[in-house]
Amino acid sequence: MSNLEITIEFGGGAELLFDNKKAHNVSLPIKNKQWIIGDLLLWIKENLLKDRPELFLQDDSVRPGILVLVNDADWELMDTVNYVIQPKDKILFISTLHGG
Amino acid sequence: MTSQIETLKLEIIDLKSQLLQKELLLSQLQEKNEGFNKYSESLSTGEVVRYSRQIIMPSFTVDGQKSLKNSKLLIVGVGGLGCPAALYLAAAGIGHITLLDYDEVELSNLHRQILHNEFDVRSNKVDSAFKKLKRINRHITVEPINIHVNSSSITEIISKTKYNVVIDGSDNVATRYLLNDVCVLNKIPLVSGSALQMEGQLTVYNYNGGPCYRCLFPVPPPAYTVTNCGDGGVLGPIPGTIGVLQALEAIKILTKTPGVLCGRLLLFDGSNTTFRNIKLRPRNKSCAVCGDSPTVTSLIDYEQFCGASAHDNVINIDILKTNQNTDIKSIVNAKNNIIIDVRPKIEYQMCRLPNTTNIPLNDLKKEKHLDKVKDILETSKETDVFVLCRRGNDSQRAIVLFKEKFSSLPINFINVSGGLHSYSKHVDPSFPAY
Repeated sequence: MSNLEITIEFGGGAELLFDNKKAHNVSLPIKNKQWIIGDLLLWIKENLLKDRPELFLQDDSVRPGILVLVNDADWELMDTVNYVIQPKDKILFISTLHGG
Repeated sequence: MTSQIETLKLEIIDLKSQLLQKELLLSQLQEKNEGFNKYSESLSTGEVVRYSRQIIMPSFTVDGQKSLKNSKLLIVGVGGLGCPAALYLAAAGIGHITLLDYDEVELSNLHRQILHNEFDVRSNKVDSAFKKLKRINRHITVEPINIHVNSSSITEIISKTKYNVVIDGSDNVATRYLLNDVCVLNKIPLVSGSALQMEGQLTVYNYNGGPCYRCLFPVPPPAYTVTNCGDGGVLGPIPGTIGVLQALEAIKILTKTPGVLCGRLLLFDGSNTTFRNIKLRPRNKSCAVCGDSPTVTSLIDYEQFCGASAHDNVINIDILKTNQNTDIKSIVNAKNNIIIDVRPKIEYQMCRLPNTTNIPLNDLKKEKHLDKVKDILETSKETDVFVLCRRGNDSQRAIVLFKEKFSSLPINFINVSGGLHSYSKHVDPSFPAY
């Protein structure tokens, strides 16, 4: 079996925590259980997020003010951290803006 | 020459105010004179001609125009979003537009807050906007309210006028929660926009069974994660685009046109000119304010709730001992001292004092830069090293780091109080206080 290939995207300023890069094509290693977004958050923390994790994560989820979107839909519509990631999924983490 | 400039400025203000009075009087007289139009039941001759290009659309019609004419709309924040939104809404013929803002026009607003011009600098934003909007459309009522929006002021404003739509063009988290709650409690749709740097976001809350702001964000973001336009920067057309779209959504709501952006979030990325439409969660039945058994049934203290103030002005800090601070004037006389400017490189490139060295605060946080910083510090001929920034806050934070990282060096780090703003104010006004 091959790895799980997905695209992780960041926007609204969240990309600043990830080398200012908005899209990351990543290959998640196959493991015994299925990949859920909860696992992905830990993977991001270990592999993409270099410093200041508190600006992105809080407890076992994203920090307040960040929306998570799976293929352009709110992750609340698909069981949030428990969503089972599918090949070619686009998972977007967007920080909400407040300026005007 | 300076006195001639000041005299001219005053004369122009006086002439403009006379002109405005006469224009308002003229439009009142014209409005009366025009009176009844025997060719149309609801609109004057001038109105029919003016609005004809939108009325003749099958999706709009004269009923749409009548709806706009009978509508009352509140715009909170007459800035980067509020200006373009107000411009299009006034031009479209919304019968009553209330403008709410506490702020004055600054030179650094003009690149995006397009209702204001050079002559408006230091006048109230709402008065400045009022003058422009009245000249665009004399058929409508524009009500400027120069007040800081909070739980008590918004309650009074909402109780006086029954608004059909509220436009959120504010610039801070506390005001966004406040407007959400007041709109939920009074059953008013909220057209919410925001912008920063190259990105904008837009959605309509509390409309047609869709979610409210609290459904999406039950918990406010930690204050240290929030960036404002004054620190992060913003390109003018970004709030311009979002503000114009806020006007569009408001018009659709007021004319009961389908396709309103509720239950969806528009993400605009100006860096590659992409628009993404995100499907949002439905209304949350356990939402604190719009849920089935709400816990928020009246307005609360939103600054306390968010742990942040309801404006985007910088809060000054004071974290050093008194003897670690000095007046801006002492660096003017400094001959041999090293003066370190800790602003980001981009800001240092924009404007700087001579004989200063740029060591950005963020570099001090990264180990890889510290050797270079140490080399610079070791060239110091004096024990006193001055640390400088835009307003005197980051320089204090930098000193804490300097002392931590370079405790072995025989250096006394001194904070320049008030930073470059103070330099511009007390030493040389030609230094740009941005």
